[in-house]
Amino acid sequence: MDVGQYLGVFLDESKEHLQGLNDNIMTLEQDPTNEDCINEIFRAAHSLKGMAGTMGFKRMQELTHHMEDVFSDVRAGQLKVNGDMIDQLFKCLDALEGYVTLISDTQDEGTDEHQDIIDALNAIRTGKPAEAAPASDNAAAAEPAAQEQAAAEGGDSPWKSIKIDDPTRASLDEAKSEGKHIYGATVNIQESCILKAARAFLVFKGLEEIGEVVVSVPSTQDIEDEKFDLSFSMIISTEESKEKVEEVINHVSEIDSVDCGVFDISGASAEKAEEKEEEKAPALENEAPASAPAPATPAANAAAHEGAEKAAAPGGKKPAGKPAIARTVRVDIDKLDVLMNLVSELIIAKNSLISAATSEKSDGGSVNEQIEYLESVTTNLHESVMKVRMVPIDSVTQKFPRMIRDLNRSLGKPMELTMTGEDTEMDRTVVDEIGDPLMHLLRNSADHGIEPPAERVANGKPETGQIFLHAFQDGNNVVIEVGDDGRGIDVEAVKRKGIERGVITPEQGEAMSEKAIIGLLFNAGFSTAKTVSEISGRGVGLDVVKSKVESLNGEVDVRTKLGEGSTWIIRLPVTMAIIQALMVKVGGETYAIPLDSIQIIEDVAPSEIKLVQNKEVINLRGSVTPLIRLSKSLEVQSTQPEDANMVVVIVKKGEQQAGLVIDEMIGQLEIVIKPLGKLSNKCKFISGATILGDGEIALILDTNALV
Amino acid sequence: MNELSDKESVGELIQYIVIRLGEEQFGIDIRFVDNIVRMQQITRVPKVQHYIKGVINIRGDIVPVMSLRLIMDMKADEITGKTRIIIVKMSGGSLVGFIVDQVAHVLTLDSNNVENVRRGDDRRHGEFLSGVGKYEGGLVSILDLNTLELESLESRDKERDKQLLSVAE
Repeated sequence: MDVGQYLGVFLDESKEHLQGLNDNIMTLEQDPTNEDCINEIFRAAHSLKGMAGTMGFKRMQELTHHMEDVFSDVRAGQLKVNGDMIDQLFKCLDALEGYVTLISDTQDEGTDEHQDIIDALNAIRTGKPAEAAPASDNAAAAEPAAQEQAAAEGGDSPWKSIKIDDPTRASLDEAKSEGKHIYGATVNIQESCILKAARAFLVFKGLEEIGEVVVSVPSTQDIEDEKFDLSFSMIISTEESKEKVEEVINHVSEIDSVDCGVFDISGASAEKAEEKEEEKAPALENEAPASAPAPATPAANAAAHEGAEKAAAPGGKKPAGKPAIARTVRVDIDKLDVLMNLVSELIIAKNSLISAATSEKSDGGSVNEQIEYLESVTTNLHESVMKVRMVPIDSVTQKFPRMIRDLNRSLGKPMELTMTGEDTEMDRTVVDEIGDPLMHLLRNSADHGIEPPAERVANGKPETGQIFLHAFQDGNNVVIEVGDDGRGIDVEAVKRKGIERGVITPEQGEAMSEKAIIGLLFNAGFSTAKTVSEISGRGVGLDVVKSKVESLNGEVDVRTKLGEGSTWIIRLPVTMAIIQALMVKVGGETYAIPLDSIQIIEDVAPSEIKLVQNKEVINLRGSVTPLIRLSKSLEVQSTQPEDANMVVVIVKKGEQQAGLVIDEMIGQLEIVIKPLGKLSNKCKFISGATILGDGEIALILDTNALV
Repeated sequence: MNELSDKESVGELIQYIVIRLGEEQFGIDIRFVDNIVRMQQITRVPKVQHYIKGVINIRGDIVPVMSLRLIMDMKADEITGKTRIIIVKMSGGSLVGFIVDQVAHVLTLDSNNVENVRRGDDRRHGEFLSGVGKYEGGLVSILDLNTLELESLESRDKERDKQLLSVAE
């Protein structure tokens, strides 16, 4: 089978499973007896193994297999979770992540078998209490084998190994004494079936009419919740014949096959009974006897295995029994871009309608109605498309708790990470890019910010350092604050270092504001850490953070107080590809000025212009505002006579403001920003272009570059 | 129409769009040609090199347009009914338009009939050519699209400025 086309899905799901494993193992570290957590880990590990196997990544499969074995023992209660084990498991996860990264880079898992980790995992398993050893060894050995067997044979009559407890047996005995037949049945649903739970329900309903379903695997609740894959098994007590039971089940559509036979009550309850039933199905009884308390019956295993295989296929169902954590829709960014383009076209169409309406006054009424309709449609479409592109930042922040935990160990400083606002949404492209800068800042806080415990206690601080990450939306920006309650930035030390490194002269240092000195930290190759550690302090952190954030059109700032900690503030725009703009004419050419940079539009008489330092300024309600003649900046001939009143667009850049002199105002328009491609960095006044209703191009002015 | 008469020594067959600038003929590998459009309104972009005439709208994409004549230091374009803009897909997939006097025809050349042009060839426009093709109708200069990338044109401009400066000194 060519699995290449599933690689993307495989990688995405593997990362998801690995993240899930990471999170759950962290939880387990705090609460070693959390059963839900253990089950979840087991499921994720199992799915991962299945997926890796399907994709042909044998080494990854092997390693996952050994990890799964450990969990299987934990789940069966034969192993206790301890610190050493958690460490090994994390090592194992890192190795698996290594595989995934390698696969995503080279489409090959490489040749590293991580034998040391496998040995360590095995050592954990063999190091368990002696009395439990024989039984569990059997179980552990039998279980994977059973999975393979079950998978290989396509799930053969798993009903024979349904286990029944005493009360159930009593009721079955009773039913039998009443002359009823006790049958076991395994129902396989067709792969193409969409409403599995509904089909299962029909099977149950049909059977209830002729008898009673005593036990089912998975449980009725799980079946109703569709927490099963393609097959389920049950024990039925009925007065009807076996053929009748099969007929009832087969009557339900989309049932692939039914395997039904007389259920031996005593055989099922006794540990190693020989099967007395029909010739069907080789013995599967030895499959999971020791792991009885766990729901890992062969049926479930087979289902999970099949589930894992399906998961590798596009549109495949989630592995059996996986609780709905986050229902995500993965959309190819390219497809989204196409969608975006369509929206752009739609807006262009709308704009051409507008120009048609203004030019042909004859039947304005109906055209205007159409325009209004079109306008509401395009606005909605725009919003929903933008929302599809928006993802919560937790896809990057969720790996931080693990990172801080590891730093905790390697640095020997107790630290706690608090995060808020992980559900804050940003454009997918921004979220993908922001992970590294945030990681740098957190590492920075852990390494440089938080003091060693002794120093903290001496300074009257709690021993455990606090690191935080707060994200929130602020108008059209998303703000992410990363900080700590550590020692803060020593401005004097930074100044000394700057002078030492020759970045500034001592005189400059004296004249610099505190803020400017802290700004030096963002210079490449500037690190104040006294010792270079592996966590940070190679001086490649902060300048990378700054350039990355700036490439995303954002800004970084820092607030710090010596001895009390520092906070790094990242401010990013919630990206917008469609903006409101003021369309203007300069020298016969049409330009767009983004509306959010415009403060006011003024009519200025030539007599109001004053000269300050040989530059034209106007007095705008008390503030001296420099004038910029766009015709000059853009190298065109103004169409306005010298002595006429000028239209001046007042724009702001931070605290500053300036007046742009234009020839004519056209009006406000919703425009789609198109990149200028290779020309974009050739002319710094132009930030992009847009296509007007008539197909002509108008350039978008970057007012920040002009002012 | 196959213009190859000699079928014994057939190398790789490549099709070229043959364009005219004045009296000269140039071939552009057809695999890199995205589109050929009529001359249209070009939106000027301020503060760029003189040979960048501006941008046009090709199916919703903003595409820079350059004058091949000005790049090759020929007389400025005279727009006629035959003037065309050839939209070429450059390396990296970006589109660039080149204004040409006329698109003549499509020519299939055997790679054996294309003579490579070496760097530093003192042939006219040698710096922009990858080879010269021979065919029944005469010779056609094959354009090396890499040399027409904005980046390479810029570095050429810088070289020239340096030379001019040194001459002035």
